[in-house]
Formats: sequence, C-alpha cells, structure tokens
Amino acid sequence: MFLINCPFCGEREQSEFKAGGEAHIVRPKQPTELSDDEWAEYLFIRKNIKGVQFERWNHVHGCRKWFNMIRDTSNDQIKAVYKMGEKPPVK
Amino acid sequence: MSNNLRFKTSKFIDETYRVSFKFNNKTYFGFKGDTLSSALLANGIHLVGRSFKYHRPRGIMTAGSEEPNAIIQLHDNTSRTEPNVRATEVEIYEGLVASSQNCWPSVNFDIGGINNLLSPILPAGFYYKTFMWPASFWKKYEYFIRKSAGLGKSPKVADPDIYEHNYIHCDVLVIGAGISGIMAAKMAAKNGFKTLLVDEKSYLGGSSIYDNSEFSKINNQITSSWLEKEINEISKLENLEIKTRTSVAAFHGYNFLLARENLTDHLPINQRENKVRQRLLKIRAKKVITATGSIERPLIFDNNDRPGILLSSAIKKYIDLYGVACGENNVLFTNNDTAYETAMSLIQRGIKINAIIDNREQIDSKISYEVEKNNIKIYKGYTVVDTYGYRRINKISIMKLSKDGQTVIGDKTKLNCDCLGISGGWTPAVHLFTQSGGKLKFRDEDQVFIPEVYPSDQISIGSCNGNFGLKEIVNNTIFSIKKFLDIENSEYKNIEIISGSNLSKRNIWLLPSDKSIGKTKSFIDYQNDATSKDIKLALREGFRSIEHVKRYTTTGMGTDQGKLGNMHALGIISETAGTKMGEHGTTTFRPPYTPLTFGTIVGRNVGEFFDIFRRTPIHDWHVANNAKFENVGQWKRAWYYPKNNENMHQAVQRESKAARDSAGILDASTLGKIDIQGTDASEFLNRVYTNAWSKLAVGKCRYGLMLNEDGMVYDDGVTTRLGENHYIMTTTTGGAANVLGKLEDYLQTEWPELDVYLSSVTDHYATISVCGPNSKKIVSKVIPDLDLSDEKFPHMSFKNAKIDNIRCRVMRISFTGEHSYEINIQANYGKSVWEKCMEAGKDFNITPYGTETMHLLRAEKGFIIVGQDTDATMTPIDLQMDWIVSKKKFDFIGKRSLYRSDTIREDRKQLVGLLTENPDDVLEEGAQIVADVKKTPIEMLGHVTSSYYSPNLKKSIALGVVKGGKNMLGQKLIISMENKNINVTVADPVFLDKEGERLNAKL
Repeated sequence: MFLINCPFCGEREQSEFKAGGEAHIVRPKQPTELSDDEWAEYLFIRKNIKGVQFERWNHVHGCRKWFNMIRDTSNDQIKAVYKMGEKPPVK
Repeated sequence: MSNNLRFKTSKFIDETYRVSFKFNNKTYFGFKGDTLSSALLANGIHLVGRSFKYHRPRGIMTAGSEEPNAIIQLHDNTSRTEPNVRATEVEIYEGLVASSQNCWPSVNFDIGGINNLLSPILPAGFYYKTFMWPASFWKKYEYFIRKSAGLGKSPKVADPDIYEHNYIHCDVLVIGAGISGIMAAKMAAKNGFKTLLVDEKSYLGGSSIYDNSEFSKINNQITSSWLEKEINEISKLENLEIKTRTSVAAFHGYNFLLARENLTDHLPINQRENKVRQRLLKIRAKKVITATGSIERPLIFDNNDRPGILLSSAIKKYIDLYGVACGENNVLFTNNDTAYETAMSLIQRGIKINAIIDNREQIDSKISYEVEKNNIKIYKGYTVVDTYGYRRINKISIMKLSKDGQTVIGDKTKLNCDCLGISGGWTPAVHLFTQSGGKLKFRDEDQVFIPEVYPSDQISIGSCNGNFGLKEIVNNTIFSIKKFLDIENSEYKNIEIISGSNLSKRNIWLLPSDKSIGKTKSFIDYQNDATSKDIKLALREGFRSIEHVKRYTTTGMGTDQGKLGNMHALGIISETAGTKMGEHGTTTFRPPYTPLTFGTIVGRNVGEFFDIFRRTPIHDWHVANNAKFENVGQWKRAWYYPKNNENMHQAVQRESKAARDSAGILDASTLGKIDIQGTDASEFLNRVYTNAWSKLAVGKCRYGLMLNEDGMVYDDGVTTRLGENHYIMTTTTGGAANVLGKLEDYLQTEWPELDVYLSSVTDHYATISVCGPNSKKIVSKVIPDLDLSDEKFPHMSFKNAKIDNIRCRVMRISFTGEHSYEINIQANYGKSVWEKCMEAGKDFNITPYGTETMHLLRAEKGFIIVGQDTDATMTPIDLQMDWIVSKKKFDFIGKRSLYRSDTIREDRKQLVGLLTENPDDVLEEGAQIVADVKKTPIEMLGHVTSSYYSPNLKKSIALGVVKGGKNMLGQKLIISMENKNINVTVADPVFLDKEGERLNAKL
C-alpha cells in the first residue's frame, strides 16, 4: 500500500485516496466543434503506460482535493506529486 | 512404546507442569513448553496424518511453520474448530483436543489408502484429463470429487473469538529474532531508532538459542549462552518493542506489512474468555530488516515420505529445545555438515546413531571428525535408494553414487532404523523479500536464490540473505546493519567466532535410484503428493514455464505453499530441460506467509459492523410501527408497513391507494442533499444539468437530469434556488456521494475559475414528504402560519417556514403526481415533526408508505428511477425525455456525446410502457422482451425494468427498455418466461393522469 504525500496534507495511507486516471487531459473548450473521432479521443483514449505515468489522484477521505502524481507503474515508485494547474516538476 | 524418549536436559520445558491433551480421542501427557508435535513425538507418535491424494501415512517432518505433513484439526466438533493447523506450531495447554485429517475411519487404517495402490493411474493432471469428457458430465463428477477433496473440516458455526486490528508505526522493523535479528534490533534501538522486533515463535533466539555445541562459540562462550545475555540486554531497552508469537504474513510496497499476533492460542480454553485471540498488525516501518532465516531442504529419493523421516535440523531441535528423541535407532542422510551438528546433539545424550549416509566423497570439517571419533559409521559418497515400513520407517537401503552423481553403482546395503534425518542444505526464506517486490539472484556455488535488488528501504541479513556459517552471519550482520542504519557505533567489537562446520555441499536435486523413475515415488511436495515423476511428466507433455508446471502438478500449491520442495521442483525442471538454474525464475510467493484465519482478516468488522448502515432521524418511529426495511446503498429505508398480518403485496396496495385517495407520508431523508453557494452557482448548474438554470427565480424548484461525459444518465433530482447565489440540490439516495465527488472534480480540475462552494448536508436535514388530496389540509395544520394557496405557493416552489419556532424549508414538489409538500427540518426535529404530521393527518387516514409504494406511485406516472430504469447505457433521448435536454445551451456535461454516431441510432434500447394482455399478469422485473419466439435464436429486444400491480388503475403496469421502442407504440410483444409467454402491448410510459389534473387540482 502506497504512502502518498498529499500536496495539502502530507503523507497519508493510500486507503485515504482514490485514483482518477490519466492526468493532463483537458476538457475541450468547444466540444460541439469536434468531430466524433476527436471527441472519442478525449472521452475514451488513455495511454495506460508501463513505466512513468502522469495520474490524477483525489484525497477523498482527507481534504478532498485533486492533485497530480507521477508514478512508475512498473514498480509503483511515486516520483512526484503536484497541485492541479501546476507544471510537472519532472519530465 | 518406549518411555525413554524424553531427556531431562532442556530448560525450555517445565517438567513440574504436566499437561494432558487428546489426540485422535486418546489422552496423552506432555509438559508446559511442548508443541503438539514435540509432545506426540515424546509419546512415540510419528504417524499423524494421511497425504492428500494417495492417503499415504505421514509423520511429523519439521519443527516449524514450514511443516507440510503434520497438519491437524484443532478443537474438533466445537465452534472453535480449525482445520489445517500445523502441529509443529501449536503450543499445548491443558485440555487441548486435536485430530488427524483426511483419513477415514482412522489415521492407522484409512480406506482412501487404496489411492496409493491406484497411483499408476493417477498421474499429474489426472482430473483435468479424465473428467473432461463428456463435458455435461462434469456436474455429476464434481459431486464425488469435491467430497473426496479437501483436508480439514471448516467450522459450521460463527467464530466465538474476538479479533482486532492495530496500526503500528516504527523507525525500524526487524522480522525474525534469531541471532542476526537480535543483533540488528540491539544496534537499531541503541542508536535511537524506535524499533519493533517480531518473531513467529514463543521464544526469542531462533535456532542459536539451543545451540549448545562446543563447536560453535562466540567470544569463547557457547553460542546459546552468549545469545541469552544479548536477549537479556535488549529486553530492557526502552526504544525496543518485542512481539513473540507474531508472524509477518505480508510485505507490501512502501514498507507496509501485515502481521498476525497470537495472544491466546497457547492458553487453556477457560482462560480465553473476553480476551482478544489474534491481532492483525498493520505496520508501516521507515526501514525494514528481514532476518527470517532459512529452511532446511529435504532430499528427494524413493519413498522419502514415511513417518519417521524428519529434517535433520528438526531432530536436533526436538532433542535440544524440547528434550525429545525422535527415534532410538537413528540414521542421518545428508549432503552437507548440518547433519553432523544433529549427530553431536544425539551423541551428547547417548542416543544411538546407526550410520550417517553422506552424498559427499570428501568430508573435511572439525565436526565430522569428531562424529567419526565417536565410532559412528559414515557412508561417504552414498545415497539412500529406498525406505521400508508402512506406518513408521524401519529400514533403508543405500547404494554408492557414481562419480557424476547421476547413477548408483555396486551392491545394495540395508540398514535398520526407526528415524531417518535428512538434510539437503538450506534455502533462504526469501518469501517476504519477494512479496515486497524484491528481485532475486541465483548463487551457483550452493544453488540458492538470494536477495539482489531491494524495492524499498529494507535489507535482508543472516541466513535469509544466504549467509549460512555462524561467522558469516555475525560479521555480515554487524557490517550490513552499520551501513544500512548509517551508524558509527555497532555495539559489537572484536567478536571472535569458532565454528566446527564447513559450508561444503554436494547438491543433487533428484537422487538417482536403481529403479526406473516410473517405479519410484520421490516426493517433492509432500502435502499435495507431487513427485519428481509428475514434474518430469509435465515437462514431457511440453510444459516449460514454472508457473504452468506448478499448476499442472500442484507442486507448491498446498497450505505450506511448497516451503520445502519448490527449489527441488525448479532444480529438476532445469536439469531435465537442460537450462540454467535461475533462468526459469521462481514461482511467485504470495501473502500470507502462513495461513490466516478469516477472523484475523476481518477483525472487529463483524456482525452489524461488517457493513455499517445509516439510519434516518425517523428510523425509530419506523421500527416502532412495524416497518420492514430495505437496504438502499448504506441506508436502511422503510420498505412497507404491514398491518394485521398483511403480506408485502397487500400492504403496498393499501398504502398506494391511501396516498392517492387521501394522504400518504414518506420519509425521504435519505435523498442526497448538496448545498451550493457562490456567485457562479447558476452557471455551474447550467454546466452540470442538461436543462437551463439561469432563469430559475429565487424560491423556485426545478427537476434536473445529470449526464456523464459519455451522454449517459448519471443522476437526477430537484434543485431549489434558495437565494440569489444559493441552491440546494437533491440527488438519488445511492448516488449522493458520487455526485458530490463528480461536481468537486469538475470544479477543481476543469472550471477552477468558477466561484462555487459545495457542502454535503444529507445528514443535516430530515425530509418528510406529505402527498395526496388531503396533504394541503394536513400541512396547514402543522404549519398554520404558512400560506398554502396556489397563488402564493404554487407547484415547484419553496418557502421558508417555522414549526414551533424551528426553521424549516417547505417545497411543493411531487414524485407521486399528487399534490404534495416536502418539509425539510434540522435532523434532530425530524421525528417530532413526523409525529406532528401523523397527528394532523389522523382524520384523513394519513398512511405512512415505504419505498415500494413510492416506486409504484412514480411508475404509475412514468417517472424514472436512475439505476433501475436506467443503466450506464441510457441517454435522456433513450428515456424519451428529450424535453429536458436544452437545445440552446452552448455546452453541458455529456452534450457532445448525445449526437455521436452510436447515440443517434434509431434502434437503441428505449424506455417504453408495457401493458399485459391479461391485466392481472404482473411481469417479473428483469424478464426478457422478445417479438418472435418461433425463429431461433430468439432475438432479445430488451428487458422489463419496473413492474407493479396498480391498485389505482386496477391493472398491471410495467416499464421496460426495448430496441427501437419509441416507434413501437401499440405493437404486440412477448415477455418470455421459463414456462410461459406473456403477451404485452407497448404503451405510453405515463399510465396515470398524463394531463396533471391531480397535481393541479384546486384543493
């Protein structure tokens, strides 16, 4: 079980958090302008990387804030956490 | 039976404290400090069980948690009964009752033993191959196979014991209190680390604590004496917590570990009352030191499973720790020096050793010379080829090994014995290390897997790290821990170690025999009866992956998870397949290391705490008035209120009629309530609901439908504008938490520019809904100051009011199609206001109704229930609710998805009403809807989602989803049931009062 460093609360057990899928997928500003394929790309297509992945997490049983996490899915090492709207601290 | 098996030399046994216990209905005696296995051996009992497949007699084989054979049923025929308990781990107490498993009528004479004779036709994969055909017969085979399978008996009644969970946070966790664990714990604690030391046994010190040999000394003291002083010292350290009888079950990522602490299993039953039996410790450690030791390997030869065959280290432990001799005429069979340490322990007490059989040609260690000096015959370069004796070993035959160790040569010699100690060297216990994600490497010299890559802040020390000699263990522990903890002072200086054993070993995974392999039974997995022959068969049949061989042969799949034999399986695979050892990897070691009872896993979360439920503020009234309850999410909701022996149908018919004829009252407190405030609240609602919200006036209510981004209906409910920038949203009961989460997600991640604040207030208000033609009269009695005229208080509006000076919110909204009011009041007043309504409605036959009647009433009106009439594939268009989808709004969640190529299909499943040909036929919810039953395969068009008998319409009504249903009005369809077909007609889903006359009637 991970120990997650919530950017607002500090280190907490993974059981307090909820994973929210891939990060940095921005909701299109004008969905009605998009073709079916473009909308499907936003709606359904996710990378699911083996290796370093950018993810959204929610401290659902804590401050309820969403934040971003960089995690290596092959060994579960968390490289960094950062707030929504912030630039990733590592590439 | 001999009386000379107990030797009065052990300080771990209290001979002044005699303990009686029962095994297989016979009473025996042991002493305090004995395990069940040591006490049985002291009574001359080796045969304790039958093997799983062939029902071969099996004896005690080890003295620890790796035991494959001596697994017994504890507390037979009581509520505490527990199967598959390792006799080697059970500490005896007065009154203990245990029995053998997997045998009938008795362990001495077992009918199932016939399987042993049938074994030539029971190869690996026998069940897979035999019972495949014909496929339809499996149901018949299964009954008999299941009956003959399984080891112990599971308990039939609830576990009477108490369990709990504990969290522990520490700087350093040391797993295993053998010599290296003790040293590491002392180094950590003395250097200021908050340290926890755990060991699965009842005593500290591991195998070194009974190492009394003159050939193993630390600083010129016998190892056990030196270690005793160390233990004495650490037990006084403030920084160090020590937990014995605590077995680490799982080692997860980020140094999170689960351990089982056993608190009462060693006590007589009458001393366990009101005590916690076991604790599941949830340990989060900054650093973990694994010192789990190693497990002695057996040797693989023909008939290596007879009672009386033990690991050589087990024989040593029984004599040194428990003072029990396993036999009176011993033979030791080894490929390394371990057996000579056992030999010295036996020699010291004058117990006869008939011979030592050693695979090695050359033996060059002090301890082996000492054994030879005692006139013990050592057969060098020999191997055991067979053993004899049914219920106990009585003879072995040995032969000389060829130079390459692949065959046997020369004549067969027979030797008598009643106990055979075997030693194939040691396997590091790397289970926990690999569970944590650690990578192993294979060391060729002595054929062991040892830790290589650590995935977290942890280290393995001692023999679980492949350090086997005493000198190596002590020196490496000091060196590694100093570095690991980054400390100056190691606490240990100038340690001098004398050890009489060498590390030389002649490893042969499968020992050769004079018989062909097909004629041998060389057991690799004792518990699952997997032999070397089975492994070779699997390879011949083309299996290569160790994971496949494991599942095909069941090697390593018993309750012991192959702690003894897995290495041999790997060895035989690589030898047979001609690959390098280590290339196949190992099978995955999964938690738990030793089995856990369910009680430990669930802890206190049993009974009403298993899945906690939520009660409304009016719950007690419902209970007092005979309500039957239904679970909705975590809520207990009143389902119906039977009167005078009514069944559910009768109660619901009465309630439904009363609600439309006069007045009904419903506890709607469970509906989710979200308070929404902020200058952008209206804009926010515009974005999350399908309909328009900007023009909703203060004091008005509106029904809203919420979609997912994929266009599918997610939730619905009425939202009220309380003020310019203040709304209260209601959600479905089950959806409340998810809706709040979804709204927060959008606010925080997509629209952080919006000035909106959300608070869940579900539990803060009680919600009472009064409906029916007389509702107005009742509410006017409860809140006399409130003007209920249609002009001042029309449908879909809201008013602040007071009841006995307590503020409340009253909405005129309706889920039944009747004129109705919803009173929201601070939760604590809920019950008293409910009672007030009941009192005020007395003259109007006010009838409390539950969720079932609510469902019926709304179905009459064709109102949907999200989650019942919808699943995650229904758009508002599919629900024929186009009216609620704004065409003008630029965007809202899910808008774009409503005209994807898939969502605009005409033949999607759409919500329709269904009327049965016979008005008394009530459909089953979930039943399939078809059009043509003659053409097979029958095309399924949809299913029934809601169905009731309506007392107000005096006929059966139903809602369902049907492919292309929107355009099928009036069409005949068939509901296909198991033994009949019911004819239905597609109808408008609004069955009652489509014009809304009841809602708008002047009252």
